[in-house]
Amino acid sequence: MNNLIDLEKKINSELGTKINSTKIKHNQIYAEIDKEDLIDVTLFLKTNKNTKFKQLIDITVVDYPEKPLRFKIVYLFLSHEFNQRMILTYCISENEVIPSLTSIFPSANWMEREVFDMYGVNFKDHPDLRRILTDYGFEGHPLRKDFPLTGHTEVRYNEDQKKVISEPVKLEQNYRNFDYESPWEGTKYIKELKENNDKKN
Amino acid sequence: MTKKIKNLNLNFGPQHPAAHGVLRLILELDGEVVEKADPHIGLLHRGTEKLIENKTYMQAVPYFDRLDYVAPMNQEHAFALAIEKILDIDVPIRAQFIRVMFCEIGRILSHILNVTTQALDVGALTPSLWGFEERETLMTFYERASGSRLHANYFRAGGVHQDLPAGLETDILKFCESFPKIINDLENLLTDNRIFKQRNVDIGIVTKQDALDYSFSGVMIRGSGVPWDLRKSQPYDCYEQLEFKVPVGKNGDCYDRYLCRIEEMKESVSIIKQCLAKMEKGPVKTFDGKITPPSKKEIKQSMEALIHHFKLFTEGYRVPEDEIYTAVEAPKGEFGVYLISDGSNKPYKCKIRAPGFSHLQSMDYLIKGHMLADVPAVLGSLDIVFGEVDR
Repeated sequence: MNNLIDLEKKINSELGTKINSTKIKHNQIYAEIDKEDLIDVTLFLKTNKNTKFKQLIDITVVDYPEKPLRFKIVYLFLSHEFNQRMILTYCISENEVIPSLTSIFPSANWMEREVFDMYGVNFKDHPDLRRILTDYGFEGHPLRKDFPLTGHTEVRYNEDQKKVISEPVKLEQNYRNFDYESPWEGTKYIKELKENNDKKN
Repeated sequence: MTKKIKNLNLNFGPQHPAAHGVLRLILELDGEVVEKADPHIGLLHRGTEKLIENKTYMQAVPYFDRLDYVAPMNQEHAFALAIEKILDIDVPIRAQFIRVMFCEIGRILSHILNVTTQALDVGALTPSLWGFEERETLMTFYERASGSRLHANYFRAGGVHQDLPAGLETDILKFCESFPKIINDLENLLTDNRIFKQRNVDIGIVTKQDALDYSFSGVMIRGSGVPWDLRKSQPYDCYEQLEFKVPVGKNGDCYDRYLCRIEEMKESVSIIKQCLAKMEKGPVKTFDGKITPPSKKEIKQSMEALIHHFKLFTEGYRVPEDEIYTAVEAPKGEFGVYLISDGSNKPYKCKIRAPGFSHLQSMDYLIKGHMLADVPAVLGSLDIVFGEVDR
């Protein structure tokens, strides 16, 4: 794994302007690119004889709700030949559509479905963009930071209708989120916030 | 007169013993030949990643037991390693050996389950009865070290929760002496068994290229002839000091994967023996008092220790701002944790990379053109556990 520096140089010289910045940390290369260059950069990384990142390990998103470019899309690659890992990232704003990698890596299919399901990021040219982990008919995107931990709906079996129905969450007790970092402010509880909102309305 | 033939749609699962959990598989059949398979997953989705974002680092560990619940400690290992790398702390050598030993016990646990249930799926009942007896013994070891048979919550950033109880090492060694005989018995039942071979040889073949394209790892990629094992290629903890072989398959079919798993169990036994031989008395946790809670004795005597204990179990420790991906060779393949810390006591983001997710994704590609009866055989050899697929 000593030639990470060589690899960094190689990527920077061959891809030039397509790479915004690179750094080496924890024996991995972190590179930032622009959304438009994703396909080119990935193809280069996969096919070039000096990189050979032939395996896509995972795709994920980090949500920063306070930033204008809200979502950071993260791609993890692995090169078996050179025993190297690479982390490719770029940022997009909400509602932006990003290119799909399914044509290059078939395994991107479910990973992108998961990203779509969890964060609501849309992919262009994805063959089958459906929800994957959440329930049929689920609304919202659970891993966004503004999605409450308790969710919006809960399900139960309804004896009258003889079927499982979903209804708004009713909390008997708050989820107790003790905030030990600022003991003087106390915690804002979803239940109380909701009740206050209801009073206002 | 010509008749119009329509393909049959078959709903396999979610409650089906051969689905290995809560898998709903929608199969499109032309006669008995599978044309298309569409796995519907998420029936066991618990939002682990979301929960981890709302828990301190120490509170997040038990969630990892509940991912691949047949080899819990291997998952904890990935998370512990990620935090250790960010905090840049060293793990005492005894703790490393204990962790590696329990990871290998986890590997045997997982492989016994997989090999025997795969046999069960294709019609052999006895292996599962014999294998589960051994699993029970192994889970007792888990219980004696951590206090619980399955959800161990034993690994910590910087070591393990507590030292091994007296006598456990000798008992594990005894098991290592007796277990190879059980593997032999299992092999006698299966390896040359005509029916088992007919059901597995040349079924679900994965080529080298496809294994790479579909993000396979672990036995799934080694069965196809790629000698790739993270314990060798990117060694973590004390794997560098241990000697073991990496079994590699030739044809990439279900039978080769079965053989790989059997061989890996034998290697695991040898690794456990080496760990026991090399293990010396010593600390099992890092000395950094800001991460490791003080001992009970210290708490009784020192105010400082009491304060630290209180702060560590309420606020938890803080992890500086960083971003890291760490992977370990779990029994099922590459299990990774992509962790983003923001300097607070909770992870900002913790993405879990489960090997089974990529493996199950390829179901459509693997099963296309096979007979309906091959579905359980292929599914069995994929080694799917829904705790980790659905997260």
